[in-house]
Amino acid sequence: MSVLVWVEHEAGAVKDATLSTVTAASQLGDVHLLVAGAGVGSVAEAAAKIAGVAKVVVLDDAAFEHALPENVAPAIVAMMADHDAFVAPATSNGKNIAPRVAALLDVMQISDILSVEGPDTFTRPIYAGNAIATVQSADSKKVITVRGTAFEKAAREGGSGVIEAATGSDAGLSSFVGAEIAKSERPELTSAKIIVSGGRALASAEQFHEVIDPLADKLGAGVGASRAAVDAGYAPNDYQVGQTGKIVAPEVYVAVGISGAIQHLAGMKDSKTIIAINKDEDAPIFQVADIGLVGDLFKIVPELTGKL
Amino acid sequence: MKVLVPVKRVIDYNVKPRVKMDGTGVDLANVKMSMNPFDEIAVEEAIRLREKGAATEIVAVSVGPQKAQETLRTALAMGADRAILVMTDDEVEPLAVAKILKAIADEEAPGLVILGKQAIDDDSNQTGQMLAALLGWGQGTFASKVEVTGDAVAVTREVDGGLETVSLKLPAIVTTDLRLNEPRYASLPNIMKAKSKPLLQKTPADYGVETTPRLKTLKVVEPAKRSAGIKVAGVDELVAKLKALGVAA
Ligand SMILES: Cc1cc2nc3c(=O)[nH]c(=O)nc-3n(C[C@H](O)[C@H](O)[C@H](O)COP(=O)(O)OP(=O)(O)OC[C@H]3O[C@@H](n4cnc5c(N)ncnc54)[C@H](O)[C@@H]3O)c2cc1C
Repeated sequence: MSVLVWVEHEAGAVKDATLSTVTAASQLGDVHLLVAGAGVGSVAEAAAKIAGVAKVVVLDDAAFEHALPENVAPAIVAMMADHDAFVAPATSNGKNIAPRVAALLDVMQISDILSVEGPDTFTRPIYAGNAIATVQSADSKKVITVRGTAFEKAAREGGSGVIEAATGSDAGLSSFVGAEIAKSERPELTSAKIIVSGGRALASAEQFHEVIDPLADKLGAGVGASRAAVDAGYAPNDYQVGQTGKIVAPEVYVAVGISGAIQHLAGMKDSKTIIAINKDEDAPIFQVADIGLVGDLFKIVPELTGKL
Repeated sequence: MKVLVPVKRVIDYNVKPRVKMDGTGVDLANVKMSMNPFDEIAVEEAIRLREKGAATEIVAVSVGPQKAQETLRTALAMGADRAILVMTDDEVEPLAVAKILKAIADEEAPGLVILGKQAIDDDSNQTGQMLAALLGWGQGTFASKVEVTGDAVAVTREVDGGLETVSLKLPAIVTTDLRLNEPRYASLPNIMKAKSKPLLQKTPADYGVETTPRLKTLKVVEPAKRSAGIKVAGVDELVAKLKALGVAA
């Protein structure tokens, strides 16, 4: 079986989400990578070195620069003549593109898999992770998205895949207008070892930064937030952790002034150690926290930051 | 311009789902059901487009059991003009839903179809993208802003790194993210009025769509449980714990 894997990349580098997807794909068959973009020669070279990669297919054209699914999906469908499965990380690109590919192939996608149980059998979370379903696909080709936190990362070195060029075109349905991508010195949420997240209790964007940032800096942590904090404008949208935000599983997750709604827990309850700071001793977050501290975050967090 | 808004009846987001003892699924008997929250945002966006003069008619569609009528009545009470229920007691997967919606879109010729980005029961996040593929239309997924101008729509999308804006030729597909708008509550007079708005009953067979699932659910189990840990008395004890974890020097 040969598997085509979507390579998530940014600024000329292969992103970690790709590496866990390669691990999942290698459990299905031979791994071929797809690098789509404009001027992505160096990405293709880096991708070819990932352990276990047999081949790298490159779509290098202005039409693919912004991963517009209208342009990318038909090109992938053409490649699926020689592949049995298309596997993408459950990133915003993966989630945008994979279902478009699946429908064009008349295949029912398997979203956000947690494990590969067999060539056609997978586990995946449903109901905000409150249930885990084992599903078996009857489709001859498979289209799959992968939850990054559920698979180890493949090694960046050790492979020697052959690089092949492919072509595609602009479907003329959509165009990229612009982006506001946050630049941060902090580790990215989905690969951070430590995360400090703030909730509604922070009460303003100023206080969010005054209280959360110094603690995160001391710990070398990434910064996350609850939906309530993002909705209220205390933190940008890409900070949101949860069922409908980012799924994270760091070594240590510090939840500050977050109540622990099931939608939030869905995004972080696989963290190794959860620390909760909340003034309400009955807050549901304490039911999943390994270490809890009851009290006023505006006193506790600055004191904690000072003592570290 | 007509706007089509598909809505799904799902477990209410405030209810904690319980896995059935026999491992066949999640227990939905006597559980509060509501419109999928992302679909409420979709209905609201359609209404706002009509209020701005960009949309003329809003058609709500649901694929589901007879009770999904209630979900459609909610959409009508919020402000949709008419509704179509594609009645089936079977579980219908996103691919089949997309095929039914394609048939409806072929008949209704909407300028926009606005869907929720995911349903909070199966968490698939597929239907909108699949419908766009089947129709050959552009897709603006995970939208936090939608602006119709002439024969195009600009969609600002919530992506992993922040925000991104794409421009799509109409007709097009939009899927909603949480921050697109805050859905209104239906007023009592509007709930009364909704009772007499037209609601057409159909079946998947009327659209020639086969809904046999492609994915067979072998079993459904509870995730590994986390047990509550300890509470520390103060910051000093927390610092000691962090040091023991090796995250603080
Ligand atoms: C469709 C849908 C999708 C959703 N997706 C997500 C998602 O992806 N991620 C997500 O997070 N949520 C999501 N939610 C929202 C979720 O249901 C909750 O509303 C949200 O997580 C609550 O955020 P919060 O814990 O910050 O706020 P609250 O629930 O208001 O909790 C604030 C907490 O702060 C504590 N507190 C207040 N003041 C202090 C103080 N001075 N010191 C210490 N503690 C204090 C309070 O005791 C309380 O526990 C979703 C909801 C829906 C309907």
